[in-house]
Amino acid sequence: MAKKVDYENIAHTSRTRRNMVRAITYVFLTIWALIVLFPFYWMVLSSIKSYGAYNSEYIPQFFTLSPTLENYVQAFTAVPLAQYFLNTVIFTVSTTAIMLVVTVLAAFAFARLNFRGKDLVFTLFLALMMIPNELVIITNFVTVTNLDMRNTFLGLILPSVTSIFYIYLLKENFSQIPDELYYAAKVDGTSDLRYLLKVMVPICRPTLITITILKVIECWNSYVWPHLITDQESYFLVSNGIQSIRENGFGRENIPAMMAAVVVISVPLILLFLIFRNKIMEGVSRGGIKG
Amino acid sequence: MKVVLQNLTKTYPNRNKKAPGQVVAVNDFTMEIPDGKLIGLLGPSGCGKSTTLNLLSGLQKPTSGKIFFGEDDVTDLPPENRGVGLVFQNYALYPHLTVKQNITFPLENRKGADKLTKQQMLEKATAAAKLVQIEELMDRKPNELSGGQQQRVAIARALVKMPRILLLDEPLSNLDARLRLQTREELRRIQRETGITTIFVTHDQEEAMSISDLIVVMNAGVIQQIGEPQQVYDNPSNLFVAKFLGTPPINVFSGTIQNGMLYIGRDAVLPCKGLADQPVTVGIRPEGFQLCEDGPLCCSLKGVEVMGRDISVVSTHTACQSQTIRSIIRAENAVDTSLTTVRFSLNPKKVFLFHGETGNRLQFAQE
Amino acid sequence: MEKRNRKGWLYLLPALLFLGVFMVYPLIDVLIYSLEEGYNFASQTYQGVGIFNYSYVLHDPYFLQAVKNTFLLVIITVPLSTGIALLLSAGLSSIRPLRQAYQTIYFLPYVTNTLAVGLVFMILFKRTPYSDGFANLILSWFGTGPVDFIDGPYWAKMFVLCFYTIWVVMPFKVLILTSAMASVNQNYYNAARIDGTSSLRIFTRITLPMISPTVFYLIITGFIGAFKAYSDAVALFGTDLNAAGMNTIVGYVYDMLYGNSGGYPSYAAAAAIILFAIVLTITCINLMVSKKHVHYE
Repeated sequence: MAKKVDYENIAHTSRTRRNMVRAITYVFLTIWALIVLFPFYWMVLSSIKSYGAYNSEYIPQFFTLSPTLENYVQAFTAVPLAQYFLNTVIFTVSTTAIMLVVTVLAAFAFARLNFRGKDLVFTLFLALMMIPNELVIITNFVTVTNLDMRNTFLGLILPSVTSIFYIYLLKENFSQIPDELYYAAKVDGTSDLRYLLKVMVPICRPTLITITILKVIECWNSYVWPHLITDQESYFLVSNGIQSIRENGFGRENIPAMMAAVVVISVPLILLFLIFRNKIMEGVSRGGIKG
Repeated sequence: MKVVLQNLTKTYPNRNKKAPGQVVAVNDFTMEIPDGKLIGLLGPSGCGKSTTLNLLSGLQKPTSGKIFFGEDDVTDLPPENRGVGLVFQNYALYPHLTVKQNITFPLENRKGADKLTKQQMLEKATAAAKLVQIEELMDRKPNELSGGQQQRVAIARALVKMPRILLLDEPLSNLDARLRLQTREELRRIQRETGITTIFVTHDQEEAMSISDLIVVMNAGVIQQIGEPQQVYDNPSNLFVAKFLGTPPINVFSGTIQNGMLYIGRDAVLPCKGLADQPVTVGIRPEGFQLCEDGPLCCSLKGVEVMGRDISVVSTHTACQSQTIRSIIRAENAVDTSLTTVRFSLNPKKVFLFHGETGNRLQFAQE
Repeated sequence: MEKRNRKGWLYLLPALLFLGVFMVYPLIDVLIYSLEEGYNFASQTYQGVGIFNYSYVLHDPYFLQAVKNTFLLVIITVPLSTGIALLLSAGLSSIRPLRQAYQTIYFLPYVTNTLAVGLVFMILFKRTPYSDGFANLILSWFGTGPVDFIDGPYWAKMFVLCFYTIWVVMPFKVLILTSAMASVNQNYYNAARIDGTSSLRIFTRITLPMISPTVFYLIITGFIGAFKAYSDAVALFGTDLNAAGMNTIVGYVYDMLYGNSGGYPSYAAAAAIILFAIVLTITCINLMVSKKHVHYE
């Protein structure tokens, strides 16, 4: 080597640079994490400040020394929060259940059965996937109104049931099950329906769970359709409930009580997420859809 | 560039939580690689040869020990400052770049005084491409190339920056059998032309033997033997090396030494002086057998496979550790397949004795 | 064979029923609505057929405001959110300790109710007689403010809307991008490191081209999603978006259908079809641009 190279120095600088880059990365990641977490912190914090304490803070305080649960009591007594909750649970459970049945049957037909026109229908299904909800919601609103189903659960649930995307997802999964299993079951005299329920559904359970979770999230957060179709408080879902609380609940300015309601509404899904973290994240990235 | 590895050790934390501790991938690896040679790192999968390669390239850091390139201690140097070229097993060609862009990629990373003009880069890339004979493919994308061509591009990309050392990870494993023969000649030629110290990793003993100046046989993270291919083949230092090299593989028998005589089963096959009475493991190369009507080793004949120049006699023996014995005999020796037994005499140069427990080689004098 | 034929359709029947009633029929119907002039919701009669509904919508100042808001929102949030998501994902992929924790945190907005958290954002940014609010507290540290982000100037309201939109869409993008980055073969990075490639160059010359199909997918879905923005705005500014001057095209559709100016399904239909046309055009342009820049395996 002609020139003398200071290897120790090179090793040292490169180590320093790597540590710097790493530090900057962590700082950047932490900043975004704080931006994400802060609203959650603020909502919990505000919900445990008393009404008086909150309103006397001209400069917002970042913590409280006298936490109180009175806002939570008020959230459940002053507005029908429990009713909203119940409605949402009914809506979510029924929509998801009907969706599962419809989806499983349709996916089975596409994946397993042979009938004339199958390919054509499937292509049409895929084409319908492109249609934005906003386009069809107008007629659906009119349809439901004409059928006198406004302010009913049926009116809420029925138009929210179909999800072509989930049919597609499940069909792909069903198709991966080897044909031999089906023929073996046929030889044993198993009926199609029994085969579907006893073999295909258990094998594809992970996908079904993914679909269920995604649909539950979607239902829990749905706002537009329930907003259009319900104007009686007794049929409000949590999203509409929040909106109505914001506009005329608690005498408008009782922000701690509002925050208590927001916490109560947010907790179930966050819990669900923390329990099924991997399933949900995997499902969303596989499904590639936005909630 | 001479490369020296000093007591190189690499351990990983054990992933299996039930058995805590360390997995030793490379254990106390010490060797000196002379300048300008082609070295084959040879061993079964999981023997630590790829880890050794990664330690050389700097992608992994050793747990202890030192690496020198020439006089320079590069142990703590990150890969980009080591000046090594590495050819990956799956080539790792950037699929979105053309062959030319792939080859110039390493050059574009240079900064400051080393920075090259477009023209210089093109010249260097063309020279590298010429060396591996892919000048006419420069504007293609990797997925438009055959496996052999991709391999050449990968080598060109590694060579273009004139590395001090060229490392190749299983360079031939992704090629079909015919290409493999051709490519290994090619590797040999390129190494000769550039004179760059080249180290390649393989699990295929034939590949390593055929082109290396030196082979390093590894097992379980430990060097078993270093030497020129023929010398290692003719003089294996332990049972593992003897078994690992050679096709068909060496035949292994359980034997005993009694009164300066080697016994396989009841047959006294060879005189061997200078060894105490003890149980031994006997390895006999397939070419070490000679048909001989009154030969000392008596085996039951199972069949004969004709291979053209040679024939392969398949037989069994109760003391043999594998199911069959395979011996290679010149084709002019006819074997009467109607017989049930066959007798061999042995070429003492092709017979190796190993310690019954440690597997270490036992030297013996023939007289 | 005949029997199996019927069976297949039988299994498909529920899905077909739901889709027929709530998707196919409305799709045709919305076109018809948009062409029926002077439609009366109560009597369900109309006076003529033509494109008056479209021309009404296109001349409605509320609609024009909504279009302006929506376009601004799209132009600001799509590049910003995609860019930040790329940086965050690259950061996430380069670290080992705490990665899971960061990923979990980043995903949280995905599972929260847009309306509910929007309310929190409103409170953080709102200025009331009692308090300037959190956002203004931060501004005051830098010696500016106070600004009412919820009822104040247009740019401030737009800022909050964009900020909240980015906050909401980030989990999806980061998740998709990190899994795309994880699927890039580690050998490419090793090869680049050995050649002394800087981290920045590895990112721009290797990672980015390798995941370009995913990035492009996110840009397209980002455009579509941002054009359909509505509930974020409601969460921040309340249901009367026209009064706040922060309406979006989708919001306009719903308002026309049933809201403060409600009861005109024909106008709603025309607006919805205009929106669909815009989204379709932008998507097509995106697709054409991507042909040149996206590397597919």
